[in-house]
Amino acid sequence: MEANEKTVVIRGLVKRFGNFTAVDHISFEVSKGEIFGFLGANGAGKTTAIRILCGLSVPTSGEGTVAGFSIKNQQESIKKHIGYMSQKFSLYSDLKVWENIELFGGIYGLSDKQIKEKISSMLKALSMEDARDMFVRDMPLGWKQKLAFSIAMVHDPQIVFLDEPTGGVDPVTRRNFWEMIYEAASRGVTVFVTTHYMDEAEYCDRVSIMVDGRIEALGSPSQLKMQYGAVNMDEVFTKIAGRPGKQQ
Amino acid sequence: MDDRIAIKVEGICKSYKATRALQDINLEIKSGELFGLIGPDGAGKTSLFRILTTLSLADSGKASVEGKDVVENYADIRRTIGYMPGHFALYQDLSVEENLKFYATVFGTSVEENYDTIKEIYSQIEMFKDRRARDLSGGMKQKLALCCALVHKPEVLFLDEPTTGVDAVSRREFWAMLARIKASGVTIFVSTPYMDEAGLCDRIALILNGKIIGQGSPEEIRSRYPYKIYAARGENMFNILKTLRPLDGVVQCSSFGCECHVSVSEDGPGEGELLSVLDAAGINGCTIEPIEAGIEDCFIGLS
Repeated sequence: MEANEKTVVIRGLVKRFGNFTAVDHISFEVSKGEIFGFLGANGAGKTTAIRILCGLSVPTSGEGTVAGFSIKNQQESIKKHIGYMSQKFSLYSDLKVWENIELFGGIYGLSDKQIKEKISSMLKALSMEDARDMFVRDMPLGWKQKLAFSIAMVHDPQIVFLDEPTGGVDPVTRRNFWEMIYEAASRGVTVFVTTHYMDEAEYCDRVSIMVDGRIEALGSPSQLKMQYGAVNMDEVFTKIAGRPGKQQ
Repeated sequence: MDDRIAIKVEGICKSYKATRALQDINLEIKSGELFGLIGPDGAGKTSLFRILTTLSLADSGKASVEGKDVVENYADIRRTIGYMPGHFALYQDLSVEENLKFYATVFGTSVEENYDTIKEIYSQIEMFKDRRARDLSGGMKQKLALCCALVHKPEVLFLDEPTTGVDAVSRREFWAMLARIKASGVTIFVSTPYMDEAGLCDRIALILNGKIIGQGSPEEIRSRYPYKIYAARGENMFNILKTLRPLDGVVQCSSFGCECHVSVSEDGPGEGELLSVLDAAGINGCTIEPIEAGIEDCFIGLS
C-alpha cells in the first residue's frame, strides 16, 4: 500500500448542458483511505460531478481516473469497481436480508460460491445472523443503513460513494453510521460523501465546497476554518456558499 | 401572541397495519406561535400533519384547528389553513404564475386581492413567472410552494419538512421568511428533521417512533437535561469517542462536529479525570470544557 496512492484524480473537468455550464473546470485528488466530503449548495453542480465520477455521465472536457479507470472511456469498468449508496435508494424492501446480498453480489458479478461466502461473512460481521430471513422493510432504520453500507461494498471496491447517506436520519443512527465510515476508511476504503449536515463536514479528512460549478474551497476542516476565520464548518460553508450567486 | 389555542391535539393514535405511527399524541399550539415538530424520518410527523389538515383520520383521539374539529368541520378547516406538504405541491407543467393563480382560484380568491400577503416572497421569484415549475431550482420551488400555501391568507400554516434536502444557506433564508410570516400574525406548525432548527421555534415537540419524547420551549427542554456535559476537542475524534465512551459514569458520548460531547452522571468523572484518561491512552493535546446541552444532546438523551 503506497502512502500516496490516489483513488480519484480529476483534472479540468467540465460538463455543459446546452449553454449552461454545470461543472466548470474542477480539479482534485482523493487518496486511498481518505474520507472526502463533497459539499455545495443545491444546484452547485455536485450531482452532475458525482454522476461523471460514477461513470453514469460523460464529461464535456477534462480528464481523470476513478479507481484507476478513465472517466472518459472506461465507464463500465468504473461502475464495476466502485460502491454507491444513498439515503433515498439502497435496498429492495420487499426482499429478505440475504436476498438483497445475493442480488447485489450477482449484479457485481460475484460467483455463486463467493456470494454464499459473502452472505455468511456479512451477516456475521453485522451480527445479523438471526435477521437473515427478515424482509428489509421490517428492519429498524439503523440496521438498514448498516446493511446498505455493507452491501455497497459487497464487491470490495476501492472507493464508495455515499450520496446524502444520513438525510432525515435520527441523531443516534446518524452518528453510528459515521462510526462505520471511520472503520471502512481505516481498512483502506476511500469514502466520497455528500451531506447537508455541517457537523458531518467536520468528520471528513478533507472537504471541497462547490459554488456555481466550481470548487471554491478545498482542504481539511481545520485548514478551512483557519483560512476563513470561522469557528466551525457551518460558518465556513455560509461564508463561501452564502454569497449572492449568479441568478439562474 | 395571545393565549387562544390554534391547534389542539388530544390522545391521537394512528396505526398502519402493525406499525403504530402515532401513539397518544397531546399538543397545544397557541395562536400566533411558531411551533416545531422535530424528529427523524418515520417518526410520525407526516401522519400527524395529514390528520390535522383533514386528509387522514385518526384511529382514536381528538384534534381541532382554530376551534374546529378535524372530523366534523373538515371543510371549514380546509378553508382556513395553508398546507405545504413534504413533497412539492406544485403542478410541474404549469408556470410559476399559473400555479399561484390556480391555488388562489381554488380558494375563491385572486392573487391581486392578497398580493400583500405573498409580496415579500413572491417578489423574489416574480421575474421567473413564465417559467414552468419543473424548471425551477430547489430554492425557488420552495418559495413558490410557500406562496401557494399563503395566497388565501390562512390563519394557520402547516409546513411539513419544508427544509429537508435543502442546503444550509437556503435553510437559513427559509427560516428568516418564516419569522416574517409569523410577525404578520399567522400561526405556524412546522416539522423538520434538523435539530439545529429547533432554536428558531417558540416551542417545540420532539417526536420519535410515534411518541412525543419532550415538549416545551427550546430553553425549557435544554434546562431539563439531567447530566453535566463536557465538550472534548482534539485531533482524532474517533479515538476520543472510543476512549471516553466505556468509562464508568459516562452516560452519553457522541460526536458533534469538531467536538465530542461527554455527558456524565453526578458521581462521574470531571474535566481533569477525562483529560488524564485521554493522556493515558496516548491522545495528547485535547481540551475539555463544560458546556450547556443543546437540543440534539437532549434528543439523544431522550431517545
